[in-house]
Amino acid sequence: MAHEKSPQKNGKCMLNINIEKQLGQLQLKVNTQLPLQGVTAVFGRSGAGKTSLVNLLGGLTTPDKGEISLGDTLLFKHKTVNLPSEKRRIGYVFQEARLFPHYSVKGNLTYGMRYKAPELFDKVVSLLGIEKLLSRYPSTLSGGEKQRVAIGRALLISPQMLLMDEPLASLDLPRKRELLPYLQTLAQELKLPIVYVSHSLDEILQLADHMLVLHQGKMIAQGPLTQVWNSEQMRPWVPLQELSSLLSARISDRHPDYPMTRLLMDDGNQLWVSGQLPPTHKQLKVRIQANHVSVCTEEPKGSSIRNLLKGKIKELYPSDNGEQIQLKIALGKDELWANITPWACDELQLTPGKNIYAQIKGVTMTQMDIAESH
Amino acid sequence: MLSDVLVSGSLFNGPLLSEYETAALLLSLKVSAVAVLASLPLGILCAWLLARVEFPGKAIFDSLLHLPLVLPPVVVGYLLLISMGRQGVIGQWLYNWFGISFSFSWRGAALAAAVVSFPLMVRAIRQSFETVDIRLEQAARTLGSSRWRVFLTITLPLTSPGIVSGMIIAFARSLGEFGSTITFVSNIPGETRTIPLAMYSFIETPGAEYQAMRLCIISIVIALASLLASQWLTKKALKRTASVC
Repeated sequence: MAHEKSPQKNGKCMLNINIEKQLGQLQLKVNTQLPLQGVTAVFGRSGAGKTSLVNLLGGLTTPDKGEISLGDTLLFKHKTVNLPSEKRRIGYVFQEARLFPHYSVKGNLTYGMRYKAPELFDKVVSLLGIEKLLSRYPSTLSGGEKQRVAIGRALLISPQMLLMDEPLASLDLPRKRELLPYLQTLAQELKLPIVYVSHSLDEILQLADHMLVLHQGKMIAQGPLTQVWNSEQMRPWVPLQELSSLLSARISDRHPDYPMTRLLMDDGNQLWVSGQLPPTHKQLKVRIQANHVSVCTEEPKGSSIRNLLKGKIKELYPSDNGEQIQLKIALGKDELWANITPWACDELQLTPGKNIYAQIKGVTMTQMDIAESH
Repeated sequence: MLSDVLVSGSLFNGPLLSEYETAALLLSLKVSAVAVLASLPLGILCAWLLARVEFPGKAIFDSLLHLPLVLPPVVVGYLLLISMGRQGVIGQWLYNWFGISFSFSWRGAALAAAVVSFPLMVRAIRQSFETVDIRLEQAARTLGSSRWRVFLTITLPLTSPGIVSGMIIAFARSLGEFGSTITFVSNIPGETRTIPLAMYSFIETPGAEYQAMRLCIISIVIALASLLASQWLTKKALKRTASVC
């Protein structure tokens, strides 16, 4: 299988972006390939060019230079091709719902449908739980309802890809909580690549498989979520006390006597988590706070902590105020962050390359995984 | 027929309106309606250009368009006479090729009314175009609609309050048109003698104060009715389009 043609290389199943665009002071310059499956989060501060990037993908604006192609379809090539947005078949969910006020909810939903597809219509409507809203007008809907209708409207054009520009940002917290589960089902139920713009790491953690980080118009990291999450490029974005690592693991089995479940990691390490998960062998993402990780140079005896992982120190990063040291520990292919004090660091003589044991006090699973496992 | 009802005045003892008044009223309505309907497509186009397109000479275009609003109507009538009259540059050409003549006919009165009321119509529609959220049009494009379909299904319906009020303002202005009409197509009973022209004739005639007063009241009634209709229609149109989504 290793010799099978890799889609990474020929770009057939990828979204290929290689563009430049001057936006006032900001120069947006992105050259990358994104996978055409799952959810790709575009993360960055406001003004980093996130919305501008998806506008270029959706055809709402035109790059100054470069090329964009979606699988086999060339969307844009400087001076030769510029497919108008109505021909791109890319669904776009905006930050504000942008529903048409003079159409009913049903009229909004069917606006972009080129032919009648009652099955698809019913499926999308029930997926988003908007059956009861069909005859109403947008002005009578709540923010969360509007956004659900907007998502449905974009899905009903049977798009090749869905762009979502901070669909939760304009909503208050209860509405966010209301909408998030719909987005999660969407990401799983529909085999539709989604590019999801957000400045909220929590949302990204709960939705994304893949992540692209923009900073002042330049892409500074891109890759699978766990990889980008644990990378040092992400460190400046996360407050010291909230630094965390994301590991992927597979459900193995339940403890025979206690309400705990064992997860197996790719490198052979195991993690015990509270609760009894069904032994589905499903791949999960677990998040471990750097503050919940302590480090021993020898295998500890008589500890209350159940999770002990063998690893090797990769890098040490002193915090700006000098009060803490952030340790990057390699666990096979995965990486784990630990916050320790400079005193402990000196006493244990921690240096890159040293073998250590990491004790983990708490493991949180992302909400999606918990929802999935019930 | 409306004219029968008005003349015979079956609801009243005597005729409600005299034959003379009926002729003037119906002519006024016909001239104004034709003026508004015929200039509407061009009005929408000009309003759209002014609201949405940047082009060189836009300021001059805008000023030229507003000229009939500030010029004395007699000047507009004179310009129409020398350009669109049978001997006029364009009028001659139209007559020779299409057999259309504006001189001394109700069509000329409609043309004069259309020219004078055009700026008012364009202003109302333009304002409405400016309030339409371009982001809704973008959203429609991403849903697979061509520019033309977006215009017909999103932009135009959302502009409808402005189109309605523009049409009514233009209609009311056309009903009141006097100076350019009498200059361009003269004052011919049954052909170009609209209510204002008829009233002028009565005022000029000694002892016809009563008839002039009757026409004055008719004018007030029509003006009030159109203003009320405008308010009602605008409210109705706004209800469906004004909500921010």
